[in-house]
Amino acid sequence: MLSFLIRRLATFIPTFIGVTVIAFAFIRLLPGDPILLLAGERGVSAERYAELQHQFGFDQPVWRQYIDYVIGIFHGDLGTSFSTKRPVLDEFMQLFPATVELGLCAIVLATLIGIPAGVIAAVNRGKFFDQALMSSALVGYSMPIFWWALLLIIVFSGTLGWTPVSGRMGLQYYFDTPTGFMLIDSLLSGQSGAFRSAVSHLILPTIALATIPLAVIARQTRSAMLEVLGEDYVRTARAKGMSPLRVNGVHALRNALIPVVTVIGLSVGTLLAGAILTETIFSWPGIGKWMVDSIFRRDYQVVQGGLLLIALVVMIVNLIVDVLYGFINPKIRKG
Amino acid sequence: MALLEIRNLSVDFATHSGQFRAVDGVDVTVDEGDLLAIVGESGSGKSVSMLALMGLLPWTATVTADKLEFDGQDLRTISARARRRIVGKDISMIFQEPMSSLNPAFTIGWQIKESLRKHTDMTRSQRQDRAVELMRQVGIPAPEKRLQAYPHQLSGGMSQRAMIAMALANKPKLLIADEPTTALDVTIQAQILELLTGLQQETGMALVLITHDMGVVAETVQRVQVQYAGQRVELQEVGGLFQNPHHPYTAALLAALPERATEKRLPTIPGVVPGQFDRPAGCLFSPRCSFADARCIAQRPSPAGPELGRALCHYPLIDGQPTGKESAA
Repeated sequence: MLSFLIRRLATFIPTFIGVTVIAFAFIRLLPGDPILLLAGERGVSAERYAELQHQFGFDQPVWRQYIDYVIGIFHGDLGTSFSTKRPVLDEFMQLFPATVELGLCAIVLATLIGIPAGVIAAVNRGKFFDQALMSSALVGYSMPIFWWALLLIIVFSGTLGWTPVSGRMGLQYYFDTPTGFMLIDSLLSGQSGAFRSAVSHLILPTIALATIPLAVIARQTRSAMLEVLGEDYVRTARAKGMSPLRVNGVHALRNALIPVVTVIGLSVGTLLAGAILTETIFSWPGIGKWMVDSIFRRDYQVVQGGLLLIALVVMIVNLIVDVLYGFINPKIRKG
Repeated sequence: MALLEIRNLSVDFATHSGQFRAVDGVDVTVDEGDLLAIVGESGSGKSVSMLALMGLLPWTATVTADKLEFDGQDLRTISARARRRIVGKDISMIFQEPMSSLNPAFTIGWQIKESLRKHTDMTRSQRQDRAVELMRQVGIPAPEKRLQAYPHQLSGGMSQRAMIAMALANKPKLLIADEPTTALDVTIQAQILELLTGLQQETGMALVLITHDMGVVAETVQRVQVQYAGQRVELQEVGGLFQNPHHPYTAALLAALPERATEKRLPTIPGVVPGQFDRPAGCLFSPRCSFADARCIAQRPSPAGPELGRALCHYPLIDGQPTGKESAA
């Protein structure tokens, strides 16, 4: 197991280098000058412009800027935001819990509904439930998130008035956020109604963000189950007198989970991408919205650092998925 | 009273091109401690009739029978839940492919103990002891260690032994072995057959051995039921069957054994088992039978008496010669 981990960690290095190059190059390929943007409509004098260029290191050759950037990363310095003057890492750490909270809720919702739905569809192959589920999965998968999110807001917040439109917490509540997770912090605050408010703010963004992963997980579970249900060991389980629930839910599902876990792991990347849209629409103060705002502001340092950190998160999640495989599939356990 | 009594069992499969009859009016009787072989080519409905008994056929199958009784219980009317209390406890089954019949995601021990947990009130440690005992009984060395192994860590022969241990877990009254040696090496085949017959004598359970190998039959069983195209064509004691087969199909099968060949070229049975679209109107074996005449092609035969091995033939053979032709003519 340990040697497996070490080998797996070694593949981090080239991926990480690639990510730094892409993050560094991308933002510089975008049109627009950050200093002019910073100066706004009043403009800036030639001397001041040169001074600022020097201050941000833009007068250096590009390769030099890249090396300074990489050296900075190893010192834990991802640069400073042009607009807020705060270190990028600090901003990220402050906003990240909001995204994690939303992302976790979405993936948990997608898994808790997607896997059982896929199993039931496979067991009732070709019947009404199967066809209904697979059609809805196709719709869910093809639906543009921003449109779906707006629709949810119009119906549940607008017409029905059941849920708030945006944000993470009702304005009447104010408390410290030691963990950054509103669900936990609202409970810690002891203010009555705060937790309820946190949940009601979470519902719509969670549904919007979970829709695509839910469709993907349900379809993957169904097809994996169909494959596994024809296997000899499923017949053996039935020959032992096991109930259909146990045959399908333990003997078959355990084997069908292997490809499903892959899909869940890959969904995390999609989820972070989806969070950019979802957070923007629901004004959710997470890293998705932060990235979008920073791109509009040409905040090089933030976009660069943010991309890097998001890529790092995706890499770590994939590592966790690889380790999980070993637990599900004994054939690939041991180093 | 017989342990297992099946009368006029038929199994039909719904296919895209209509109904296909895989088992056609088969009778099977197994007494306690009996050792019966069901023999036939691929597609003769041997496995399907036993899977029907176990309730393991897919939903496309329709099972009908005049009688389907195990240990005094009518399996036709029993609820699915009640059948699951019998299946895996009093009747158990092992299969052709031991490697793929064990679940790759769980240890051997987990799979054996699962059977015990389902059908007995044993405690955790009793189950562990019983599992070790079973592994030892089927001749697996270092049982404690092997219980923690996953199926992919075992060889084919070891996997089949583990399957047998699992099938024996609840001391079944009847064990059905569906071609248990077909997927194994020749050297291992003999070991597994020896193990099965040894265990049968040791425990006194009844054993139904499904096979297409007449050689296996000669070495292991007491009674032989020969099936062809979903029908039972002959039932005899093993000695009588080999000496004096009464159905032309049995005779042809025996003639095709290399050990019994007298000529340089091994005799074969021409043609194949009829399928869904080429089922003959008369005797199902008539297109391949060397004794067949117009009556065989036109008319379905009915089984002969027990003295002629209940041969499903218009002219049952005695000492290799068809009888009764004159009276019919």
